[in-house]
Amino acid sequence: MPTRFSSRLPELLGIDRIPELLDKRLVFVTGKGGVGKTTVAVALGLRAAAEGKRTIVCEVAAQENASRLFTHAEVGFHEVELEENLWAISIDPDESMREYVLLQLKVRAMRDLLFRSKIFSYLAAATPGLKELVTIGKIWELAQLDRKVKKGRKYDLVIVDAPATGHGIGFLQTPKTFANIARVGPVHSQAQQLDRLIKDHDHTGTAIVALPEEMPVNESATLERELRSEVGVAVDRVYLNGLYPERFSAEECERLARLAAGENGAVRAAARAAVSEHERARSQRAQLSRLRRRVEAPVRTLPFVFEPELGVECARELAGRLH
Amino acid sequence: MPAVDEILAGKDICICAGSGGVGKTTTSAAIAAGMAARGKKVCVLTIDPAKRLADSLGLRELGNEAKRVDPALFEAQGVEIEGELWAMMLDAKATFDELVARQAPDEESRDRVLENRIYQQISNALAGSQEYMAMEKLFELHTEDRFDLLVLDTPPSRNALDFLDAPRRLTQFIEGRSLRVFMKPTGLAARVAGRGATVALGVLKRIVGFDLLADLAEFFNAFSGMVDGFQARAKRVNSLLADPHTCFLVVCGPQGEPISEAVYFHRKLVEAKLPFGGVIVNKVHYPAEELRGDDAGADLEGALASRLAQGDGAGMGPAAASDLAGRVAENFADYQALAERDARNIEHLAAELRTSATIRVPYLDEDVHDLAGLAEINRYLFASAEQREAIAAGRA
Repeated sequence: MPTRFSSRLPELLGIDRIPELLDKRLVFVTGKGGVGKTTVAVALGLRAAAEGKRTIVCEVAAQENASRLFTHAEVGFHEVELEENLWAISIDPDESMREYVLLQLKVRAMRDLLFRSKIFSYLAAATPGLKELVTIGKIWELAQLDRKVKKGRKYDLVIVDAPATGHGIGFLQTPKTFANIARVGPVHSQAQQLDRLIKDHDHTGTAIVALPEEMPVNESATLERELRSEVGVAVDRVYLNGLYPERFSAEECERLARLAAGENGAVRAAARAAVSEHERARSQRAQLSRLRRRVEAPVRTLPFVFEPELGVECARELAGRLH
Repeated sequence: MPAVDEILAGKDICICAGSGGVGKTTTSAAIAAGMAARGKKVCVLTIDPAKRLADSLGLRELGNEAKRVDPALFEAQGVEIEGELWAMMLDAKATFDELVARQAPDEESRDRVLENRIYQQISNALAGSQEYMAMEKLFELHTEDRFDLLVLDTPPSRNALDFLDAPRRLTQFIEGRSLRVFMKPTGLAARVAGRGATVALGVLKRIVGFDLLADLAEFFNAFSGMVDGFQARAKRVNSLLADPHTCFLVVCGPQGEPISEAVYFHRKLVEAKLPFGGVIVNKVHYPAEELRGDDAGADLEGALASRLAQGDGAGMGPAAASDLAGRVAENFADYQALAERDARNIEHLAAELRTSATIRVPYLDEDVHDLAGLAEINRYLFASAEQREAIAAGRA
């Protein structure tokens, strides 16, 4: 997508905002497993909330990673306020399916009949992609200014902690796939509508989270290519997460290596740890350059957080460093 | 703490399971390479669409057929391979097609299934089909008996448990019993099930569209002749997984979340009566064992500064030495905190799993993505307990 001058303007003026990404209505945070997608999604949410945007962070399937970051809140299939301007929801496919049917069928007796029938639960469990479809349907519903659910809150921004790579591409492709399976009828037209939402570069974007290692970098490049060409979604950012600080110069490192060789005990251990840190920081910088060469989207780095347990404070620290 | 080769003695299948991002693919490749180096004819299977295994084995690409890894590549790393190392990347769709072709009573039923749009979707995309096909290929290779050991790198599921649950979910879907009954609303079954079912079907048609239901009906009809074959095969695959010659290794990372997943997965393995072999924790920050009982830790910064200032005629100025010492001490404190967290988590893991088979692989200075890296990992995976302790203490 060509960069529009208007969206570059705030940057040029030195205003600390994240254009192209947080100005959208819907952002999917994706990447391979274990790269810190949840932390980045929450950090983006905190950041957007701090910028005054009413934001909701969604996690999909029944793993409540995001809620672990906010231990005071019990996040489930309902919108929970975490702090000012920030909400969270865990999108359970079965609940989404129920809600979808409720919105489709106005006659209560019909719904009850359907929910009680075996055929419904069977179809819901077994139809390929239906769970993903209703999940994306719920995300779409959250992103509407005119919410479908009664008394639905209006959000400026919906951030989705998307499934890991491999499943991630499939997840975003579900509406297109489904529009093809169901050739006619309400599901067909709604799937098409969702597909249009995903491909709407003005309102929907993705942020890929990567790690500064050889294979994660390769995978992120592949992921970006597939997101652009196969899914057709805009890729606005690649966040390289967990970058070690450059604490020591090469010359200092040589000195410390010599020191470690002639010492014992804590001095030796500390010197060795410093040499290790230097080596890792250096190899990570090489991976950062590779990543920059291999992806089209702007690459931004996030520092490694030296905290034993990653909690909300970590996300908060990263939120301030996002750009 | 046994080494991987001790855990795998007498086994002919090794399944590496764990949640995404914990280094399963690398661990699988390293185990396969290590066992090949010890004289076995080993094949490692991956389903990873990201082609990581091919990358790390120096193969340009892997296909649905096993390829032999050039022993010269290992020799170049100073590793002698006494056995053979083979690798393949599973193509779930191709495997599913082969399975259908094998189970179909005739060509016409085969083509009806292969051309069905619902089939085309599930063979590619249905959650669980990759996992099931991985087991299917494993079963096929095991039956062919070409290898001494098969190492399976399980698909990158969001949850390690998806892997165990996959065959059940997939066969349930293929059976499609409840749905097939309702597909014929005038049939006897529907009359037994009652008018409610017919009305429910009518409501459903309005929501999902008739086409989708018709396609599903066609799919189940096309599959109906193969259901028994699929069930029988799934049963044999399941008994292969439960065989005492099969070994599940749980792979995880040292952070809280991967550890909890590993504990949960282990519990499910035990419940399903599947043979658990041990757990491999990757990227562990080792504490410096040398520090035990060492009082230099008390004023580390001062000790560092004075050593740096001394040097052998190349000492630093006192201000520069003190600055560097401060940063070294800070870095060390950060590192120690991570090491202590890892140690706590691993202790918890070992207690929960009631196992001594906990193999730790340290967080190496260079990330592992090639044969040299695999050889480096194998120093830990295949080390005796004494060797591992020596390495941990920085003496090796």
